[in-house]
Amino acid sequence: MNALSIRDLKKTYKNGLEVLKGINLDVEKGDFFALLGPNGAGKSTAIGIISSLINKTSGSVKIFGNDLQKDNAKAKNCIGLVPQEINFNQFETVRNIVLNQAGYYGIPRKQAKISTEKCLKQMSLWDKKDTVSRRLSGGMKRRVMIARALVHKPRLLILDEPTAGVDIEIRRSMWEMMKQINQQGTTIILTTHYLQEAESLCRNIAIINEGVIIEKSGMSELLARVNKDQMVLDLDRPLSEIPKIEGYEFALSGSKSLNVTVPKNKSLNPLFQQLTEKNIEVLSLKNKTNRLEQLFMDLVKEPQINS
Amino acid sequence: MNNRIAFKTIVFKEIRRFSRIWPQTLVPPAITTSLYFMIFGRLIGDRVGSIDGVSYMQYIVPGIILMSVISHSYSNVVSSFYSTKFQRHIEELLVAPLSNWVILWGYVCGGIARGLLVGCVVTLISLLFTDIPVKHYGISIAVYILTSTLFALAGFINAIFADSFDDISIIPNFVLTPLSYLGGIFYSVSMLPEIWQKISLANPILYLINAFRYGLIGVTDIDIRIAFAMTGACILFLMLLSLFLLHKGIGIKN
Repeated sequence: MNALSIRDLKKTYKNGLEVLKGINLDVEKGDFFALLGPNGAGKSTAIGIISSLINKTSGSVKIFGNDLQKDNAKAKNCIGLVPQEINFNQFETVRNIVLNQAGYYGIPRKQAKISTEKCLKQMSLWDKKDTVSRRLSGGMKRRVMIARALVHKPRLLILDEPTAGVDIEIRRSMWEMMKQINQQGTTIILTTHYLQEAESLCRNIAIINEGVIIEKSGMSELLARVNKDQMVLDLDRPLSEIPKIEGYEFALSGSKSLNVTVPKNKSLNPLFQQLTEKNIEVLSLKNKTNRLEQLFMDLVKEPQINS
Repeated sequence: MNNRIAFKTIVFKEIRRFSRIWPQTLVPPAITTSLYFMIFGRLIGDRVGSIDGVSYMQYIVPGIILMSVISHSYSNVVSSFYSTKFQRHIEELLVAPLSNWVILWGYVCGGIARGLLVGCVVTLISLLFTDIPVKHYGISIAVYILTSTLFALAGFINAIFADSFDDISIIPNFVLTPLSYLGGIFYSVSMLPEIWQKISLANPILYLINAFRYGLIGVTDIDIRIAFAMTGACILFLMLLSLFLLHKGIGIKN
């Protein structure tokens, strides 16, 4: 059974703006799924419809086989949402925010308290349980939203840019949390602008642009389609002219920095050998963009409908 | 089962909210009504004498209690539900498997609780100034509860349509307060010229105040059966309208 099945989902706002133009999407149970797209592509609208925050124009959404319209309560029970923006009561304590959410899902008070404690401990927030939420740091606020989304043990967790605006340390600790949650059996749908995040966490991916899904595949299959790598070489001294080596493309990116494009099937050994012969000393080497970012840019620049 | 727990969660959350800010929610009505009783009841009332066989102080007590119930039931729901929209934590309710009637009655019962609590505070203060010989307990309690329900529902609808904090203060300031004062709190409509008596009959608060006055001190200008029928019909209409708005997601969903 799919965790999520979307069929011909359309959304047109009152001002005539058609944000979703009939998307189809399946997310398998247990998957860690990336939904990517540029700003305004329709990701947040799709997530808003799945989580009942936005009314659809037409189409169907099923969560673990439960139609969002016909079996609304059953479908909603399966979902936990971590939205993009902070959306809890800023004057409420951390514990009450999570406890109230458990109540909205009909969890009896005694059980809700146990579940709240577990979720807050999982998010390393137990020592902040009596803190009024507006006094928390940005990273803590995001973790409160994750704890709140997990309190009713959802089978499908939707994370809408959960690491936006948090520092690298917190982001990495949140990645670990997300991996743990997924390993415990929860299906996760992640939207993010950090493509490295999607590449390292997700097994399957869909890219949405201008209201249509332009790419849908496994992450490894998609990355296998990258046919060239772009690298930056740091040199020990400035170059007077761009070197010419057959099979490789070069461009200067600074006085002592050289960009090189390497076809995927080509070895790096001849490159270094010939650079050595030309008396060019390479101090270090790094990837210019990550592979997913490169593909994403290519796909979004030239959208093609295959959904 | 699920809906019952969710309903209790919303009601207790609302009660905790207005209890936590008691200096804003419970103290001001106590001070305001004390002033009413001192100025209108004691200073002016002693010169007015009696109306319909009761002292002026006793005559104004029901209206002042009910005015507090009206304004606090309304303002509790309108400010709380609008804040829920404004801070976007309404999304907590929308993603959860809650029936619309649970959301509606959760907030409305929060408003009723505040209205009734404030009404009790005002009643206790009024007892410091005069006796209240309750003539009909059943009628008094029924009007008390129906009035808070009616205005809590009205506050909910105001919050649904509100787009700014200005929008939640327009109705209380420019509609409820004038209608309350013109609803016969401080006077009997029979004292007005005939044309104004007829115009006053279009004011729904007049019926509520008179019904409550009948319950407490046995004096009324209107037939209280009309008051009950009208209040019941208004509650039913506002409830159905609220449920329709929630179902359509008007004012709360994109």
